[in-house]
Amino acid sequence: MNQPATASVDRSQMKVSDEVAIQITKMNKWYGNFHVLRDIDLTVYRGERIVIAGPSGSGKSTMIRCINRLEEHQAGQIVVDGTELGSDLKNIDKIRSEVGMVFQHFNLFPHLTILENCTLAPIWVRKIPKKEAEATAMHFLEKVKIPEQANKYPGQLSGGQQQRVAIARSLCMKPRIMLFDEPTSALDPEMIKEVLDTMVSLAEEGMTMLCVTHEMGFAQAVANRVIFMDAGQIVEQNEPREFFNNPQHERTKLFLSQILGH
Amino acid sequence: MSEVHAQTVAYVRDTMLDQREPPLSQSGAYKWIHENLLSSWVNVVLTVASLWVIWAVLSHVVPWAALGIWSADSLAQCREIRDQIYGADASVACWAVIGERWNQLLFGFYPTELYWRPILAFVLFLVAIAPVLFASLPRKMLWFTLAAPFVLFWLIWGGAIWTPIVVALGFVIGWAVVTFAGPAIGALGGVVLAIVAPLLYWLLVAGPLADALATVLPIGLEPVKSNEIGGFMLATIIGVSGIILSLPLGIVLALGRQSDLFLINKCSVIFIEVIRGVPLIVWLFTASLLLNYFLPPGTNFDLMLRVIIMVTLFSSAYIAEVVRGGLAALPKGQYEAADALGLDYWKSMRLIILPQALKISIPGIVNTFIGLFKDTTLVVFIGLLDPIGLSNAIRASTQWNGIYWELFVFIGLCFFVFCFSMGRYSLFLEKKLRREHR
Repeated sequence: MNQPATASVDRSQMKVSDEVAIQITKMNKWYGNFHVLRDIDLTVYRGERIVIAGPSGSGKSTMIRCINRLEEHQAGQIVVDGTELGSDLKNIDKIRSEVGMVFQHFNLFPHLTILENCTLAPIWVRKIPKKEAEATAMHFLEKVKIPEQANKYPGQLSGGQQQRVAIARSLCMKPRIMLFDEPTSALDPEMIKEVLDTMVSLAEEGMTMLCVTHEMGFAQAVANRVIFMDAGQIVEQNEPREFFNNPQHERTKLFLSQILGH
Repeated sequence: MSEVHAQTVAYVRDTMLDQREPPLSQSGAYKWIHENLLSSWVNVVLTVASLWVIWAVLSHVVPWAALGIWSADSLAQCREIRDQIYGADASVACWAVIGERWNQLLFGFYPTELYWRPILAFVLFLVAIAPVLFASLPRKMLWFTLAAPFVLFWLIWGGAIWTPIVVALGFVIGWAVVTFAGPAIGALGGVVLAIVAPLLYWLLVAGPLADALATVLPIGLEPVKSNEIGGFMLATIIGVSGIILSLPLGIVLALGRQSDLFLINKCSVIFIEVIRGVPLIVWLFTASLLLNYFLPPGTNFDLMLRVIIMVTLFSSAYIAEVVRGGLAALPKGQYEAADALGLDYWKSMRLIILPQALKISIPGIVNTFIGLFKDTTLVVFIGLLDPIGLSNAIRASTQWNGIYWELFVFIGLCFFVFCFSMGRYSLFLEKKLRREHR
């Protein structure tokens, strides 16, 4: 795999506190009769960068989509920033506005300009005045290095640019946690780097991140914990060096030999 | 291999070629005719046959229409004039009927001295609808658009000025409830109260209040009854009201049909399926005949109003299905992205989903509107005097007994102009949105 961002990362800046950001206990989910997530237990501390890996269909996307209730879990408990996810719509909207999410297919709003994409939620959810929201949006667009595209429509941007806008759009809500659902899987190889670089700089600022990805280089460079999932359960988790050099579970060994083998 | 080849065919161009015109047989009208009309012997035969058909139709219709007689008082007089000019066996149109019955075709039996009211109403309607259709116009004009329904109602039906004002007040009450009481009693309670309070007000307070105000300050226009309204005025009132009311209702039904809430979902589905599963003419008969059995005796529920309600419900079921198509065409990611940003249901619908879904649905929506507008002619069967009804009435008079084509051609042309402009507007809007959002 390509290892785009390894060199520039300074791990010492990324501090993990002992404050719990996300607490998942005995979480289970079914699609009909199919048991997708089985007894998931996971505690995420503030400032952690967790990479979730695993074969397709292992439930890793479903798991992080449960954290902001894009998917509903049927048993167990998810507590995000001290708020428990239940059927209470107020709680769900509160958690969603605190948790940013970046999708595989960007999901920008094609009928709005880049700037409007970034200011929409701050204006309508956070009730921030338009001027202020625009200033914040420009700040984050500069951070992802595309301020000059602010007045274009998403359809006029490349995939990598769109994904960076999507990251900026999430950041405009000043989230405390960011979820990444295979953010680079729909991108051309040369655009992957620009998106990963953005994510690395986020990590360096201490953002709590959960990232489903196949970019093992990113995992080695940035993550403080790698979680391996298979068949709807967490099979192994470890800090990256141990995880890659000394995998314990047979399934993990097989997976790593397959993706790192060439 | 390639090196050898390059050496054996060594070549250096010494003069560059200028651009030349394509051969005559490959460009312009010649090429078009050759490709489209005469490309094979089958096409040659078809072209000749088509030309003959076109000639056969036009050679009858064009002289009939162009030589038509424009000034006469009756069909008999028309025929006299024709005999004098063209001879007895010539076939020419008698357009005079349109001139002679012009006012009737436009206004029905609306009092002649009050024609200025519907004309003014029509002009005001155009002013009110303009900012909705063309986003480049100043947004402040929308305030007039909000007031327009009440102003237009008052101009057309007349009566005390207090009636429309008192009715409009009901909407203000609803708005006030949402704005001021809503935060205190929660969103759902606010919405329910905002529906109940104006309804109670309209049923219990509005009538007596309007009467009382009218006795204190009798300002008003001469009232005109619904059965005096007819012709294109009737078709336009029913059509336009139906179009304007059925769009929001259709959108709500489409959202209802997509809803996860069991009751709302099932109610929407049943409503849509029942309404569009039964012919419009049945609903119109229901409106004109059956409703009287269900309403308490002595209630005078205006027939035109009943028809407008039925037409609105009917077309809203179609709109709902068209909009549902638009909603279904949106990628699931749009819903998820809106959710993930913390937008609640109504905000995500209003800001993200509907703008895109409606844009996709524009051709279908306008198609439904065109259908609705043409279907207004069906009211002839329940005794309303729309243009078709009037043409029957005109033909029944001794003066114009036996005249068919001229009236139908005229009515058909008028409908065509309306419907064609709607279609063109739809294209304009689609192009504009495609340009903006690309």
